[in-house]
Amino acid sequence: MTTQARIRNFSIIAHIDHGKSTLADRLLERTGAVSERDMREQVLDTMDLERERGITIKAQTVRLRHVDEAGEEYVLNLIDTPGHVDFSYEVSRSLAACEGALLLIDAAQGVQAQTLANAHLAIDAGLEVIPAINKIDLVAADPERVAGEIVNILGGAPDDIVRISAKTGAGVDELLRRLVEQVPAPAGDPNAPLRALVFDSYYDSYRGVVCYIRVVDGRLPTGQRIRSMATGEIHDANEIGVLTPAAESVSNLGAGEVGYLITGVKEIDRIKVGDTLTDSIRSATEPLPGYSEPKPMVFSGLFPTDGDDFERLREALEKLRLNDASLVYEPESSRALGFGFRCGFLGLLHMEIVRERLEREYDLDLVATAPSVAYRVTMPGGSVKEIKSPQDLPDSGALSGVAEPYVRTMILSPTEFVGPIMELVTNHRGEIGNMSYLGPERVELDCDIPLAEIVFGFFDQLKSRTRGYASLDYEPAGYREADLVKVDILLNGLPVDAFSAIVHKDKAQEYGKMMTGRLRSLIPRQLFDVPIQAAIGGRMISRETVKAKRKDVIAKCYGGDVTRKKKLLQKQKEGKKRMKMVGSVEVPQEAFVAALRVDDDQ
Amino acid sequence: MSPVDAHLDARSAYVHIPFCSSVCPYCDFAVVAGADHMIDRYADAVISEIGMSQPWGPLNSVYFGGGTPSHVPPSVLGRILTTLQDHHGIGAGAEVSLEANPEDFSEARAGELSQIGFNRVSFGAQSFDRAVLEALGRRHGPEQIMASVAAARGAAIGSISVDLIFGTPLETDQSWAHSLLSAIEASPDHVSCYALTVEPGTPLNRAVIAGAAAPDPDVQADRYEMAQASLEAAGYHRYEVSNWCRPGHECRYNLTVWAQGQYEAYGNGAHRFRDGVRSRNVRRLDAYLSEVAAGRRPIAGAEPVTGWDTEIDRLFVGLRRSAGVSDGPGVQSLVGSAEGKLLQEAGVIEMSGGRLVVRRPLLTDEVHRAVLGLEAPIGWVEPPTPDNVW
Repeated sequence: MTTQARIRNFSIIAHIDHGKSTLADRLLERTGAVSERDMREQVLDTMDLERERGITIKAQTVRLRHVDEAGEEYVLNLIDTPGHVDFSYEVSRSLAACEGALLLIDAAQGVQAQTLANAHLAIDAGLEVIPAINKIDLVAADPERVAGEIVNILGGAPDDIVRISAKTGAGVDELLRRLVEQVPAPAGDPNAPLRALVFDSYYDSYRGVVCYIRVVDGRLPTGQRIRSMATGEIHDANEIGVLTPAAESVSNLGAGEVGYLITGVKEIDRIKVGDTLTDSIRSATEPLPGYSEPKPMVFSGLFPTDGDDFERLREALEKLRLNDASLVYEPESSRALGFGFRCGFLGLLHMEIVRERLEREYDLDLVATAPSVAYRVTMPGGSVKEIKSPQDLPDSGALSGVAEPYVRTMILSPTEFVGPIMELVTNHRGEIGNMSYLGPERVELDCDIPLAEIVFGFFDQLKSRTRGYASLDYEPAGYREADLVKVDILLNGLPVDAFSAIVHKDKAQEYGKMMTGRLRSLIPRQLFDVPIQAAIGGRMISRETVKAKRKDVIAKCYGGDVTRKKKLLQKQKEGKKRMKMVGSVEVPQEAFVAALRVDDDQ
Repeated sequence: MSPVDAHLDARSAYVHIPFCSSVCPYCDFAVVAGADHMIDRYADAVISEIGMSQPWGPLNSVYFGGGTPSHVPPSVLGRILTTLQDHHGIGAGAEVSLEANPEDFSEARAGELSQIGFNRVSFGAQSFDRAVLEALGRRHGPEQIMASVAAARGAAIGSISVDLIFGTPLETDQSWAHSLLSAIEASPDHVSCYALTVEPGTPLNRAVIAGAAAPDPDVQADRYEMAQASLEAAGYHRYEVSNWCRPGHECRYNLTVWAQGQYEAYGNGAHRFRDGVRSRNVRRLDAYLSEVAAGRRPIAGAEPVTGWDTEIDRLFVGLRRSAGVSDGPGVQSLVGSAEGKLLQEAGVIEMSGGRLVVRRPLLTDEVHRAVLGLEAPIGWVEPPTPDNVW
């Protein structure tokens, strides 16, 4: 156990690519946690996807031993946080385990919306925020401008902000000094009943669920019987330890300390992130604040291309969920796509990551339906039903109202793009609220936008209209009634549920035209004419036709050609296997993906 | 047994002559231009290769294809033909075919070739429209086609065929109608009409990739229908996807292939089907020559066709014929399959008089892909094959 006064618990808050993982690498190196020999880039990002995309999905933690100039030894616990809006719940849990936060800002790009949102989370959580400007070695670096932006947000003096280069190591020692000086030591009561916050967990196939915990009050010795204050379940602390970053078991974790806990539990749901663990006998009365169930915001159906892979998909989802409690799913059947699962995700990135992991790590070929949000349907009797799939929307006669989720959106952008952004927000049925300046060149716009609009391409369009300079963050902002209709797409007269969408009445025509047009170019010509229609209820709003194919024959097939032509046709045949039969219409897998792609021409 | 299936019992031989005066931009066969100095060496190699093959008994048909067989001196063709005669024997009344370019076919040349023993000539006419001929890289004009057909007739060559290519991007409906009428006017016994196909690796393909117009399949479908209407009206019946003829003038060598009959093959890039094995020769001319010079058969690869594959193969080659294929386990399997049902509903295939026929030949590949996916019915047993068919 470490003396409480010598512990500093902190996170690094940074936008994607602002250098958080590089700084973490440098801190590990400076404190000797990782020898230069073992240094590989982004030590803390362990998942392949994290390294490839340069983002952090799961929080990580590492204990660093730091000796200051006076020869005093400190324990620094770095709790890494995810940097994407989809994972803001995980960020808030990580921050709850800290007393301080390093706010890391790119010297060229300046403050970004997510950084700002997370900085606000840190301030609200009472953390000491230490700003640092990174990448000062870049040619495009403008630390003075960025310092001005930071002062506008946090106050203070521009000269007080540390300038560093995580890449070269410049300024890192100064940053460590401030960390020790400014971040308060943990304040918990070592003699009070045990309260430990679970701020993250993952599933290890050998050890079961491994929890990352922060002991707030009391002491957690190995072997302790502990009780989950969220579920009431009792577990044994079979092993506790710290990460240096290699796991090292210890006999005790005291107040203020951060480490891991293994109880032998195999199901990740049973010890939830945000839960408070206490002594099973000498229990605390109040749990630590802040536990809430992660709430999926975006829904999509995932279907195996090959119907025989349904069981494999189920197993893969079960395994992924072991590590990702925020992933929810239930079986769904689609007339067009067969059996699959309706999955709920924290956001679009989360959705994309899950799909990529399923395809890559579990070797599945998947079709994903258009992302949707959860609508609230008021029935004529006044009861309210939540629907997550367009198929479930009752006919307009059978309901008295539909409400859709809104998000409060914060957009940070150079001032020159304010016009295009306002236009974009309005086009997406958004309402523009406050506008405030972070500096002469940067503006913060607050808007309320339907989540469905965010899901359908808003972010990409924002990026393209602002040449990538604007950034976006959002939080749920309740439900609002709207004039929504379900647009069905019919292939050869049969509705294809995968293409149905709930859209605003004013945009139904546009959606119908876009979908029928796209499908006409994506569906290969068949033996018959294939009409493609968009309809609201029984009313057609758009129609296209894929004309029947007329010629599909090799001109010559003589003695010299038999084997070659056979191989050629066999190859074409393999290509056809990737088609889904929708009624009697063959639809290529790619058509589902491409038709549902969200992009600018929408 | 339908007469077309009788060719199952035929014995045929193909001889590849790769030499051309120039290579046409659409051609993806094993051809060579500007290599005339190698003709004699090549003929010697073909003669050696014939000697290395198992003697077979009299051949029912012999086919010299290319390349441009008419580009090499008749004496060279004669030496090869004599070798085939000596080695296997050529049956009385056997069909002996030669592919020829109109510009090579003077009256004197026609007489020589007839004398040597060729009784069928297939002319690479391609079009009667000068602009189309030029686009196709051909070196002859329409008048030479007329003259060469007349020369062949004059030399009493008993069966004359004309090949046409349709759907070249600059061809119009009028131009195609004119080519068809001219071909009919030349009065051959047999007409082949091929849709221009952009084959990978050809100059045509490179041009298309670079932005040149590609043949339009719908336009080609229209042109095909024009061909069918004109030729049928002029007394030519269609007996295969791309082949029409007057009664009795079907190409016997090709009928052998489509009936799953056996054929030997000699020359670079040549393919054979013998004793249940489909095999092919090395394609490169130099590699072919050195293999044969080393005393080896110049085989590049071989696939035995056995068991259920034999039935699939029978449908694959046979369904290109208008007469289709006789009933059998593969046919039953196809008509009972989901794809087969769809093809029947769309009028692409039909059971007729105990045979399965393709009614919409322009969609034959759809049928073929379905055929290639067929699996043996449960309980299917390979019929016993006689030890020695021949």
